[in-house]
Amino acid sequence: MSAAFLDSAQAICQAVERGEASALEITQSALERIEALNARLRAFLHIDREQAIAQASAIDRAKKRGEALGPLCGVPIAIKDNICVRGMPTTCASRVLEGWVAPYDATAVQKLRKAGAVIVGKTNMDEFAMGSSNEYSAFGVALNPWDLSRVPGGSSGGSAAALAARMTPLALGSDTGGSVRQPAAFCGVVGLKPTYGRVSRYGLVAFASSLDQIGPMATDVDGCARLAQAIFGMDPRDATSADRPIPNLLKEKDAPLSGLRVGVLRLRAEVAPEPGVEACFAQALRILEDLGCILIEVELPSLEYALAAYYILAPAECSSNLARFDGMRYGPRVESENLFRTYCQTRALFGKEVRRRIVLGTYVLSAGYYEAYYAKAQRARTRIVHDFAKAFEKVDLIASPTAPTVAFPIGSRTEDPVAMYLSDVYTLPASLAGLPAISIPAGLSQGMPVGLELTGRPFEEGLLFRLAFAFEKARPPLSPPLVA
Amino acid sequence: MVPFASSHSTQKAFFVLNPPHLNMPERVTQDEVRRVLALARLELSDEEIAVLQGELDAILRWVERLNALETEGVPPTFHALEEATRLREDRPEAGLRRSEALRGAARSVEGAFAVPRVVEGE
Repeated sequence: MSAAFLDSAQAICQAVERGEASALEITQSALERIEALNARLRAFLHIDREQAIAQASAIDRAKKRGEALGPLCGVPIAIKDNICVRGMPTTCASRVLEGWVAPYDATAVQKLRKAGAVIVGKTNMDEFAMGSSNEYSAFGVALNPWDLSRVPGGSSGGSAAALAARMTPLALGSDTGGSVRQPAAFCGVVGLKPTYGRVSRYGLVAFASSLDQIGPMATDVDGCARLAQAIFGMDPRDATSADRPIPNLLKEKDAPLSGLRVGVLRLRAEVAPEPGVEACFAQALRILEDLGCILIEVELPSLEYALAAYYILAPAECSSNLARFDGMRYGPRVESENLFRTYCQTRALFGKEVRRRIVLGTYVLSAGYYEAYYAKAQRARTRIVHDFAKAFEKVDLIASPTAPTVAFPIGSRTEDPVAMYLSDVYTLPASLAGLPAISIPAGLSQGMPVGLELTGRPFEEGLLFRLAFAFEKARPPLSPPLVA
Repeated sequence: MVPFASSHSTQKAFFVLNPPHLNMPERVTQDEVRRVLALARLELSDEEIAVLQGELDAILRWVERLNALETEGVPPTFHALEEATRLREDRPEAGLRRSEALRGAARSVEGAFAVPRVVEGE
């Protein structure tokens, strides 16, 4: 079976349903491709041949018995390593959780199993999802299949790289400040950050609980819609999951667009993208106009403050969430002369960026600084929420580039945390406001993919997909140079 | 439609949002870094502390741009979508088996997590 077949979840579903291919054959070909490429790309931290083959065989047996097949039957999927899959290691790409095997499935994973997707393994990421390049993985950076000297983006870089290398057509990532959208843009694939509350966070290792969302990623818009459809929904195990009707996303494929009002952000020069990205974005806007959209300039006066607010709020939440990693209940323990030193020695296993954020978060929450930093950032967050609400009185969606640059060379930003944080300048505002946003391939600059980001009102993922489907039809998915 | 009103001279300009003012006093001292490290149960070498102090200082200077944003009378946002939090039905459900919950721990004894001695003496 050719790698081209692993391009499309839809093609696989159809082939399995019609009996043209077995789930086992497809799983075998995905595993072969993953095993052939992974030593170079490091997209996967763990490949689970045994579980994948058992799952695929079970689907084939169900088909033989004439049972109804799930909507993702036989489609191989890669899962980010901060999402629990029963029986597979879940390390968050950290030494602190090295060797820890999840004893249960995340709700999203449970739903995938029910839908018939075949889980082939766990993907590389920045440690505990803190990073924008994958370089903060404790187990080595995943490479960008478009150019092996560049980062795949982060933190869901392994998932994006796996898709771009056509190892699987679907992947799960998680997005706290842009961690699904930015790597999707850098690797030329599709990635959605759902509305906060759309997808259960049960079984997702918490980083910043008021921002974290599991997000579907795919080689094309259709795959992303199918995957979103499978994992959306209220879950009694997550008190922040929302009890809202779920739209039929595939129905948006042929829905009419004309008259859709698309907001275009007015950006000050300081936060403008690099010229190649800007050119690509301008071209994307022309395509939207040709599709019948009405472009309206919008302003988010607080946009420039989103980044600063995020880098107070996310570390604050992380410093609290990561307190549980102390060597007592999960992961390795480094014994020392007393409990305090045992905690410290065990937590010395955290990497540099995670330590930096824990310390920053502890600092902004500590007595005397809480009001100046943390409370201030939360008030700024309110301003950002209000700015979006005001913009959405005039427009139905907002368009922007996903990231200010294309994927950057490995090693070029690790020395300067602030420069690294700036990769997320267009993705953070939607995260802070809890809004849904999708990144779809817009074109190439310097031979590297550029992403178009569409942000919508809460729970209006349907509209995002409507425009994404139409845009993809006008500008078909990018074909990455196939790594062999 | 032109997406961005004005362009910039170099690509690099993007990364200089707010150049630090060299004469300003430091935001965080090495002693404060040590205090915070102890609160967070982290230990670093003196060299690492010196580097971290510089990095935190740069980050804190940079986030202080928030002070330019008027937030008088603006309430804080803890969760963006407030409708989200709700209680589930109070109905007993099967959870993890004890053996499964303990399997990932570094040490367990008689069906419990085993931790180092907490009370000194004896």
